[in-house]
Amino acid sequence: MLATTIILPTINYTAILPELIMLGGMLVLLGLVAVIPRDFSTKTYAGLTQVIGTASLVSSLVLWHDVAAHGAFQAVAQAVDVDGFSVFFLVLVSAILIVAPAFAADYLHDEGIEGAEYFILALIAGAGAMLMGAANDLILVFLALEILSIPLYVIAGLNARRATSGEASMKYFLLGAFSSAIFVYGIALTYGATGSTNLADIAAFLSRNVIATPGTLYAGAALLLVGFAFKIAAVPFHMWSPDVYEGSPDGVVGFMAAIAKVGGFAAFLRVFVSALPTLSSIWEPVVWVLCALSLIAGAVIALSQRNIKRMLAYSSINHAGFILMGLIALSSRGVASSLYYLFAYSFIVLASFGIVTVVAKANSGSAEIDAFRGLGRRSPVLAVFFAIFLLAQAGAPFTTGFLAKFYVVSAAVAAHSYAIAVIAMLSAAVAVFFYLRVVLVMFSGSETEDAVGTPEQHPIVLSRWVWSGIMACAAATVIFGIYPLPLINFARAATLLFR
Amino acid sequence: MTIDPSWYLTLAAVLFTIGAVGMLVRRNILVMFMCIELMLNAANLTFVTFSRSLNDVGGQISVFFVLVVAAAEVVVGLAIIVAIYRRRIGATADDQHLLKG
Repeated sequence: MLATTIILPTINYTAILPELIMLGGMLVLLGLVAVIPRDFSTKTYAGLTQVIGTASLVSSLVLWHDVAAHGAFQAVAQAVDVDGFSVFFLVLVSAILIVAPAFAADYLHDEGIEGAEYFILALIAGAGAMLMGAANDLILVFLALEILSIPLYVIAGLNARRATSGEASMKYFLLGAFSSAIFVYGIALTYGATGSTNLADIAAFLSRNVIATPGTLYAGAALLLVGFAFKIAAVPFHMWSPDVYEGSPDGVVGFMAAIAKVGGFAAFLRVFVSALPTLSSIWEPVVWVLCALSLIAGAVIALSQRNIKRMLAYSSINHAGFILMGLIALSSRGVASSLYYLFAYSFIVLASFGIVTVVAKANSGSAEIDAFRGLGRRSPVLAVFFAIFLLAQAGAPFTTGFLAKFYVVSAAVAAHSYAIAVIAMLSAAVAVFFYLRVVLVMFSGSETEDAVGTPEQHPIVLSRWVWSGIMACAAATVIFGIYPLPLINFARAATLLFR
Repeated sequence: MTIDPSWYLTLAAVLFTIGAVGMLVRRNILVMFMCIELMLNAANLTFVTFSRSLNDVGGQISVFFVLVVAAAEVVVGLAIIVAIYRRRIGATADDQHLLKG
């Protein structure tokens, strides 16, 4: 006799509502595209994406309120954590999904990439990045990593008519899939050594037991580390990022850079701080080396770049080194400073690539440094905004960039990691050179070209979409740079609820 | 007959190494692609072995997730390769050299 009832597991859907809104909104968009007789313009799709992002932001804030009032909890068979940490990433990813379409809408239209593909893929990637921050199970981390990465491979190749776009897509795909395979083998070995894929169970097992032959566990942790290092583009696993940033369609690189870094670091921090803190004496020196190499190589190689997109790619590698410092500190303060840095980085990099997009478009697609020569006279306001974002990356005061660098360095000092703090400050000093070089080029050196009379010297006209994106990023960068308290409290609370 | 699980784990490690080395030395995109599949299947074999020796069904279920992800990667990966093939002849990694690297 068969049992007459099937017992379904209880799933707390409100706990994963922001992710569900992202995916549900994506499905609505997909269905809409299938039924409408003629494609809407990319601006309509961008607007719809922003609406979905806003809905997700609202539900994330509601969840944040819940967590603040009633404490952290787990959902979906302990696979999803809802704590301050995950809510921070829900809010951040939602905000990225609101800002990023502003930079893509006009660009995609002008490049002839009509249709909703980019926005659908961006929403999937957003849901993946959100899950990266919330996952409490290594298998879910792996799934979230793929939900995040696979759309990004396609986004890199979106501009099908350009050979560079296809090449960027292929390079990103091959190295991304390679790192995913390494990562999943790491999960398998960790599972074998600890008997679970649940992060809390792994942490509990490791704190209770002393493992006699830790080889499997160490190998597993090492492979997990390599997988994450690929995703966040830490040296020496960074080779793909300059090519991918240079070859990908201009208007979407900022989104790719922000979302991949945010998602990668979300899971990196949670897995290593929450599941493997007992192994910190083993992995901390390795992360230290990754961090130091990223800080040094990112800054030094960026110095020699003539292409601004490549320069920003290497500066992103430098930023990855800074964010890793929070992990080295291995304190709630360190993790909070990493979160603050990720928040600052996301908006700065979105706006920087957004401005590079419009300047490159006005210079027949060239993002070489010469395209920026004389921008200060050609479009003074745009040049001032680009200078703000570059100086914020360099760590100028009154921007989030300064405070982000200050917090990670002070967290490292508080954890007695003096050497890495010194390396970080030296690399920041080197980095100032290549940011300032672009600023100087923008505000000087157009006299010779005026004499020749270049035809392209009329001002760059920006659409309202791009302006709104730049304004939003500038507001996030400057307001939280001058009045950082709400954001700091948010980041601190994110780690307080961290188990 | 009994077999020590370490045999399976060693086989998986060998498969993974073949895949990783192949990924690094081979230049044909399709072969590199197959090497990634080999690495994923090495992980699957490890999952199943540990699942049996730990007497825990979780590892076997993980394999399903990995299989689904591998299938999704194949879909996207082959689409990217086809898109490249359409534009130019030659599908080795060295033919893709417009970006400096």
